[in-house]
Amino acid sequence: MGLLYGLIAVGLALIFGLMDVVNFAHGEFLMIAMYATFFLFAFFAIDPLLSAPLVAAALFVFGAVVYLVIVRFAVRAKANAGMVQIFSTFGLAIVMRGLAQFFFTPDYRSVTHSWFGGKTISVGGIFLPQPQLIGALVAITAFVALYFFINRTDFGRALEATREDAGAVALVGIDKNRVFALGWGLGAALVGLAGAIMAMFFYIYPDVGASFALIAYVTVALGGFGSVFGAFAGGIIVGLVEATTALIMPPSLKSVGIYAVYLLVVFVRPRGLFGSM
Amino acid sequence: MDTAFAQRRRRDLIVAACLAFVAALVPLFVKDVYVQNIMVLTLMYAALSQSWNILSGYCGQISLGHALYFGLGAYTTAILFTKFGVLPWFGMVGGGLISAVIAMALGYPCFRLRGHYFVIATIVIAEIALLLIQNWDWAGAALGIDIPVRTDSWLTFQFTRSKLPYFYFALALACIAWFVTWWLEDSKWGYWWRAVKDNPDAAESLGVVVFNSKMGAAAVSAFLTAVGGSFYAQFVSYIDPESVMGFQYSLLMALPAVLGGIGTLWGPALGAVILIPLTELTRSFIGGSGRGVDLIVYGTLIVLISLARPEGLVGLFSRRRKGATR
Repeated sequence: MGLLYGLIAVGLALIFGLMDVVNFAHGEFLMIAMYATFFLFAFFAIDPLLSAPLVAAALFVFGAVVYLVIVRFAVRAKANAGMVQIFSTFGLAIVMRGLAQFFFTPDYRSVTHSWFGGKTISVGGIFLPQPQLIGALVAITAFVALYFFINRTDFGRALEATREDAGAVALVGIDKNRVFALGWGLGAALVGLAGAIMAMFFYIYPDVGASFALIAYVTVALGGFGSVFGAFAGGIIVGLVEATTALIMPPSLKSVGIYAVYLLVVFVRPRGLFGSM
Repeated sequence: MDTAFAQRRRRDLIVAACLAFVAALVPLFVKDVYVQNIMVLTLMYAALSQSWNILSGYCGQISLGHALYFGLGAYTTAILFTKFGVLPWFGMVGGGLISAVIAMALGYPCFRLRGHYFVIATIVIAEIALLLIQNWDWAGAALGIDIPVRTDSWLTFQFTRSKLPYFYFALALACIAWFVTWWLEDSKWGYWWRAVKDNPDAAESLGVVVFNSKMGAAAVSAFLTAVGGSFYAQFVSYIDPESVMGFQYSLLMALPAVLGGIGTLWGPALGAVILIPLTELTRSFIGGSGRGVDLIVYGTLIVLISLARPEGLVGLFSRRRKGATR
């Protein structure tokens, strides 16, 4: 579970770190991905594991479009840029939730009988649910791929450079908007991947994103803004804390542990665990 | 102080007094209870947004956790009234004081945080409070508190037959919040806050006690928000954790100020007058289908407005005014 939080958070961290934009619709991106997975399964009987790349690709396009249509203008705002970003992406989140309610109705849905759904595997006497295990593997793979992508490819370097100084980058002939749009697409694709996996073991409903969004922000901030590795580490910590809290407190209070750990960390280290800046 | 500024301040005060007077007359002509209800809510959100604006607009410490203070006010009043028979008026002041103290206690560690770290901390703290209240049986847990109906009177602050007393109280609350902002704008605090917002490091080096001024803003802001919460508890006479402490309330308090103009005297009121009727109307006219059309319309408006007018709608007026004087 922690690894999946990490995967959701890495997508967010990419966007956060990339241009210091808060995407308040991140949870809704996740929701869309889960619905896409559900419908691929319900109509074409494509297993979530197979549809994950498809969903990620679709979300990539979606993320890039959101950047070009909305965020591009929000970033350009001179006054109150921070608030404009918060409220334009938050408005988008409301629209997406409304659309989901309109087209998919507020009913709870779930993907039943996927290849791995409901099965468990025994590792040294501990029973682990298979979907979660698969999810963890996918998350690790995606993270490694992302790491190489950012650090080893031209595009990754362009991304880093644009973050450092958008003006200078323009001088060497890199289109800032294209880089950022791709960055948003990539961030959304990671959420898409996470959503496809999570569709295997979570109910799907229009508000599902909201319950993960806050945890995603906490995860990113815990790891430290501007650090993709931090987001991944943050995800693992959040997963562990959640599991521990669930053992000692009533289930309805399990998020309290996560929030408390966040507060403790930032009070001691206001930059998050691996935050640069 | 330069004279143009003094003149502007005097004019603001006169305009506010006139607007308040006109607003007070409106219920004489508008008898429709549904419309009156919207007016009460509009005034309440104007007051809440004005309080939020003190900390987040003037002082620049963007809080998305003000639902915490709103809920504290509502819960203090409701618990004191239902369990101890204490009149809501005391609950209002008590809730306000408790909120102010808590705001300062939370501000102590939080004000060291900057940017997103601070915003997320405020959300997270409010969310913890929400979860705790939901699990606190004595305070009604997730079911909330039903405030018993007594006879209509100003003493118990309950009116079942007419919305007018609520309207006038909400109007008074909005006026008080506006006046406090007006008064603080030109006080030592007001200048400190703007300095802290623009550049905390420079402000510190010029002798502004950054930390204390943030604490002051938090206390005033929390107090007023809690009074709004107390009012809301009496107005709807039933509260539950989600309906007074939910995250959406933090946003509803911030939105009017953002829409109208953050860190401005008139922004929150202007924003509330536009946004709250809009919210209510979309909800009741096209939200009935339960299919989320109201959300689509509402969300689209938020996106469009925040993109089109980043400095807030107040900017429209000041630009025109500047053009006229030139």
